[in-house]
Amino acid sequence: MSMPFYVSPEQLTKDKADYARKGIARGRSVVVVAYSGGIAFVAENPSRALHKISEIYDRIAFAAVGRYHEFENLRVAGVRWADLRGYSYDRSDVTVRGLANAYAQTLGTVFSTEAKPWEVEIVVAEVGETPAGDQVYRLTYDGSVADEHGVVVMGGQADQVASTLRERWREGLDLAGAIELALVGLAPDPAGGPARTLAAGALEVAVLERDRPRRAFRRITGAALEGLMPAGPRETA
Amino acid sequence: MTADRSLLSSGGLPPVFAATGSASFSEFLDSHGGPGGAPSPGSLAAPAPHATTIVARATADGVVMAGDRRATAGSMIAHRAMEKVFPADATTAVGIAGTAGLAMELVRLYQVELEHYEKIEGSTLSLEGKANRLGSMVRGNLGAAMQGLAAVPLLAGYDERSGLGRIYSYDVTGGRYLEDGFHAIGSGSVFARGSLKKRWRAGLGDAEAVEVAVEALVDAADDDSATGGPDTLRRLWPVVAVIDAGGYRRVGEDDLSAATAAVTARRRAALDADDAALAARAGSRSQHP
Repeated sequence: MSMPFYVSPEQLTKDKADYARKGIARGRSVVVVAYSGGIAFVAENPSRALHKISEIYDRIAFAAVGRYHEFENLRVAGVRWADLRGYSYDRSDVTVRGLANAYAQTLGTVFSTEAKPWEVEIVVAEVGETPAGDQVYRLTYDGSVADEHGVVVMGGQADQVASTLRERWREGLDLAGAIELALVGLAPDPAGGPARTLAAGALEVAVLERDRPRRAFRRITGAALEGLMPAGPRETA
Repeated sequence: MTADRSLLSSGGLPPVFAATGSASFSEFLDSHGGPGGAPSPGSLAAPAPHATTIVARATADGVVMAGDRRATAGSMIAHRAMEKVFPADATTAVGIAGTAGLAMELVRLYQVELEHYEKIEGSTLSLEGKANRLGSMVRGNLGAAMQGLAAVPLLAGYDERSGLGRIYSYDVTGGRYLEDGFHAIGSGSVFARGSLKKRWRAGLGDAEAVEVAVEALVDAADDDSATGGPDTLRRLWPVVAVIDAGGYRRVGEDDLSAATAAVTARRRAALDADDAALAARAGSRSQHP
């Protein structure tokens, strides 16, 4: 009689985590930067249809890296969660903390019960009335939540550039400065080539603008984005 | 309501949230037992507050919608400052007449419906699509309408494809009618529509259209007790919205105050002229008996 191989929980968890991490690192990065007027989301994404960044609610946005169908699933669920909550109670009762909790539980359950963990990493952010009121949460494939400040980079070669970005981020950046900083984070080539200088056409950019009434989310495309791109040759990480 | 509680719990997202397919919030709500849905009343002992008159008219660049501020319960004024014109999304406005509670709930659900579609799909519905969606939501209230709790909206929007303002009216069965030029709904609508018919011209400018809309409400308030006229004592003006290529914008109090003053002054002058003419005739008769 054959016996199934015993695999220790430590080994199983480690294998799943390695699998998820590898999947996430294969994709292109997303950088989230807090600036004086709100929160900017910058992704390397040549597609105009498959978004990595999107609006969840009035002051809340979502950014993700990894497998598209998995994070799209989370995005749609998040929009439904937020709209249902806002409709049942009040618009002001929809908070990013609640959303982050719901996502954390979902990701955690998938990680521990399913054979294949989800290869996604997401950021949910809510713009506050002042920069001190901004909230940015990063959630990883296993459901762990990190409360982030300043700048977050996920996917691709995130580990290489995270510390550089954190050093260069400072309070009171303007939007052009935030995009310039994000481009530093997106410069490493996921295929291992030399650092690149991304053009506006390869980017998906959106902001949560502090001063906009009600719906703060706005996509920046075309000429508006060109106008915010750094002019000269950039220093790359 | 167990399904309701599980959907709103603070735990993980239930599997229904990840179901693929519909971008409609109201369908999501219906199929998964969220809150909402008015209970069907057996009979109505007390009159529920009613919202009254809404007018809308197409202008050169878009559309103007105006609503009075009065809500009535029977012969009582239930509310003096009620708002009956709302932005449905960036380029449409919805006005309501009928049972106030149901109508406001309809608007709230419709607003979420449009925004939900926009967020899930990443694009906005066509104006025609928005109008059809509202029609089916009105039809959902047919049971209550048959028992006396009717709520009927008026939809006005800027159609980005044609660059024109359009007005859609509805009946309680969800019938949807594209109106030509102008329309009015609610208890004072007969008088408002008569006023609009006389003063409407194709291609009116915004300021003129606002004044004509205010005048239609003044005419309605003149003859219908359930429509409130401009309240100069409390400085409560009708809610007037202008929608054009720039989107929905609510007309400011100063402009409304000026429009009301213009309408009132013209009326006053007309009445004074009538009085003067009568006095002159009476005078000439007494001279030549």
